[in-house]
Amino acid sequence: MIVGRQKPFEEIWDMIKDFKKVLVFGCNTCVAICHAGGGKEAEILASLLRMKASQEGLSMEVMHAAIERHCEPEFFDHVMDYVRTFDVVLSLACGVGVNFLSERIGNIPVYPGINTEFYGAVPKAGMFTELCAGCGNCILHLTGGICPVARCAKSLMNGPCGGTNNGKCEISQDVDCAWYLILERMKKLGTLEKMSEIEPPRDWSTGLHGGPRRVVLEHIADLETQKETEGS
Amino acid sequence: MKSGSNLEKVLDGGYFAVTAELGPPKGTSASVIRRKGELLKLYCDALNITDNQTAIVRMSSLGGCVLLREMGIDPVMQMVVRDRNRIAIQSDILGAVALGIKNVLCLSGDHQKFGNHPMAKGVYDIDSIQLVQTLKKMRDEKKFLCGENISGEVALYIGAAANPFADPFEYRVTRLAKKIEAGVDFIQTQAVFDVDKFSRWMDMVRDRGLDERVHILAGVIPIKSLGMARYMRDNVSGISLPDEIVTRMEDAKDVKEEGVKITIEIIDQLKEIDGVRGIHIMAVAWEEIVPAIVERAHLLPRPIL
Repeated sequence: MIVGRQKPFEEIWDMIKDFKKVLVFGCNTCVAICHAGGGKEAEILASLLRMKASQEGLSMEVMHAAIERHCEPEFFDHVMDYVRTFDVVLSLACGVGVNFLSERIGNIPVYPGINTEFYGAVPKAGMFTELCAGCGNCILHLTGGICPVARCAKSLMNGPCGGTNNGKCEISQDVDCAWYLILERMKKLGTLEKMSEIEPPRDWSTGLHGGPRRVVLEHIADLETQKETEGS
Repeated sequence: MKSGSNLEKVLDGGYFAVTAELGPPKGTSASVIRRKGELLKLYCDALNITDNQTAIVRMSSLGGCVLLREMGIDPVMQMVVRDRNRIAIQSDILGAVALGIKNVLCLSGDHQKFGNHPMAKGVYDIDSIQLVQTLKKMRDEKKFLCGENISGEVALYIGAAANPFADPFEYRVTRLAKKIEAGVDFIQTQAVFDVDKFSRWMDMVRDRGLDERVHILAGVIPIKSLGMARYMRDNVSGISLPDEIVTRMEDAKDVKEEGVKITIEIIDQLKEIDGVRGIHIMAVAWEEIVPAIVERAHLLPRPIL
């Protein structure tokens, strides 16, 4: 899931303070699970903004709403007319949602109310950890299912650097050394000898470094085109 | 000869090598490099110029190496993969070779978080082992990583680091073996304070015959103060500094002299370990002590080859 964290209130206030009609717009999927941007958070943030506006003596109308997803058009359909009645939308969706809504909404600004952090797991309630970097070139079969791209601070490919300290990363005692975990895992799997093979320089072009990415499923895309052609 | 560098000649000639680290200034003064170079040139076979060590911006290693080269000193250009992608790395190597630099030490580099620009974007396009591979390919095949041809010779003596003290201990020898497989010619290790642990690592190195395939220079750091001893024991990842050394520094009347004595004792022990082909002195901000250490460790005169 995508993990987000609400921006500091002051930063949000600075973004929206000059608008008269504000919609705090939540997303009830990933960012709701991490208590950053669901309907509940939208409601709370809207009331905080109303309080702030009244403290500042500003006349500002702040409403809140939420839909199930901000990353597929059909989820927006029933609310777009309503959304377009505002001066600004403070989106609590991830960055994908902010981009996606910006493209569709017309001449109304959409501002981010959360910082989109990473996609991660929920090892326990209230904790979220980054486990995958979405690099587009998965090598987890070589590393015992533990990703050095996402979890090694230097994205090293050939084992731990000299900074490993009691199984922790040199950047912090709170961060596990990914390569330490990989080696322990490989030991358990009985495949430690694989760690003596050299992994050559990676192709990073499959990730963000290759420019914005797009996945097209030809068979489905073709079907859609066919439908459109038949329709016209 | 792969590069014809002085360091290569010394090691291939079977001499016990002495190298030292020279920290470049946080500024533009060539005289800082020249002064330190002048101080060390008769005491070392080659001098390393660090590459933005601990991620603090300093004069480039390439610039510092050129200044040493002009003085007739054999420089070792340190290169970290933190700040450059494969395009910049290969380009810098071509420039370095053109300017007469023959030794390159391949490193991961301390994470940018430790430095004076902790918000910087780290590069890490390739890792240190892949950097060794890249340089070997440039030298031996005269090809870039992408496979295209390089015009001219890329005569390089390729170095890398090894840290026998970082965990997992058992894996550290495998990592050395990988560096050798990648094509490394010489190794400069992390500073040795715990000679017993280093010796156990060297046993494993010799068991696998790795000492025959690469020249290992053991690193030493002269300790200048009690605070430094404590700091390194408690705070520096990948350094193993026994309490005994801290106690000696605590009890010493002249701490600097005690630090020098400890360093010389360590060097004496390192010389006795089979497979150790030299020492690498990292006198951080204390380069002026290196001549005394080299002299008192009976490592003079340096061979003229």
